[in-house]
Amino acid sequence: MDSGAQDNPYLLLTVFVISIVMMGLTPILLAFLWTRWAGTAKPDDIKNAVYECGLETGTYQWFPLKVEYYIYGIIFLVFDVEILFLLPIASVYKSLPAGAIAGILVFVLLLMEGLAWAWAKGLLRWQFTPSQNVSPPAQPQRQATH
Amino acid sequence: MDEGLKSELQKAGIFTTTLNDLYNWGRGNSLWPLQFGLACCAIEMIATSMSRYDLARFGAEVFRPSPRQADLMIVSGTVTKKMAPQVVRLFKQMPSPKYVIAMGACAISGGPFKQGYNVLKGIDRYMPVDVHIPGCPPRPEALLHAIMTLQRKIAQDTLHQNRRKEEEVERIAALPVPEHGSHDLLPPKHDVLWHPEPVQRS
Repeated sequence: MDSGAQDNPYLLLTVFVISIVMMGLTPILLAFLWTRWAGTAKPDDIKNAVYECGLETGTYQWFPLKVEYYIYGIIFLVFDVEILFLLPIASVYKSLPAGAIAGILVFVLLLMEGLAWAWAKGLLRWQFTPSQNVSPPAQPQRQATH
Repeated sequence: MDEGLKSELQKAGIFTTTLNDLYNWGRGNSLWPLQFGLACCAIEMIATSMSRYDLARFGAEVFRPSPRQADLMIVSGTVTKKMAPQVVRLFKQMPSPKYVIAMGACAISGGPFKQGYNVLKGIDRYMPVDVHIPGCPPRPEALLHAIMTLQRKIAQDTLHQNRRKEEEVERIAALPVPEHGSHDLLPPKHDVLWHPEPVQRS
């Protein structure tokens, strides 16, 4: 090892980090340059369309989606994943130190927060609404077209 | 380069000597087909990609579900006039360089359904086809042969011609997608692509 590395131990580390970064960046840079030199980019409306299924892209697509499924994700975490983690703990519960109990409590309380959130949203009211029991309105008879 | 010299160099561990060869070697041996099938030819295409015929030997097994990632379109099956605009639109969405293999009698000419009012009489009316495979349906070996033919075709490309060729393909791809008219697709063909022989009636 040369004297520079002995004087400053971070020198080797710096060279190492720079070479690692370059190893990542060089292929990207080469690919970029190669595309600029050899590639043929002809963007147009159809090529940049959002749909990739061949069908014509219909209405405006960049609208925000209402992500309502997250509430089921929370419920799943509370009632399924939490049980999964708590089961092995239950088998060694009596021999656990106080610190571990506190850790588990934090974990449980974090998920209970989700349960409280779902409760406040009224998601736990599994009530039967009479309107759902009504049979669907009779479908109009399909007319023969020809 | 002379084939014999090339073979001798390969024995010595030298596979490419020019940037051109390296480029074509890379393109030809990593064709990414678009994952879509239209009819029974698609079943043969699926069989080709499976272990018995093993399309992976030719580097073309990575079927992409998005045209953005594909550079080879295997038109495998009957192209109905209902489906033709979608197929053409997918071709337009593929980035250059892009290649088309018309697989089976239907894709190249309409096949047994040529007299049908609803079948496109050959996909080469709307896109530049590189390799035609006859057969109804063609066996997997025929598709493998088409892939090899396409690889040979790619190997003949030069870096100078490439951009011009790709721009030509893109110019054809930039033509409008056919729409459903009252009787036929509009336009029924792209005039730059399709020049049929005049029918001689005796």
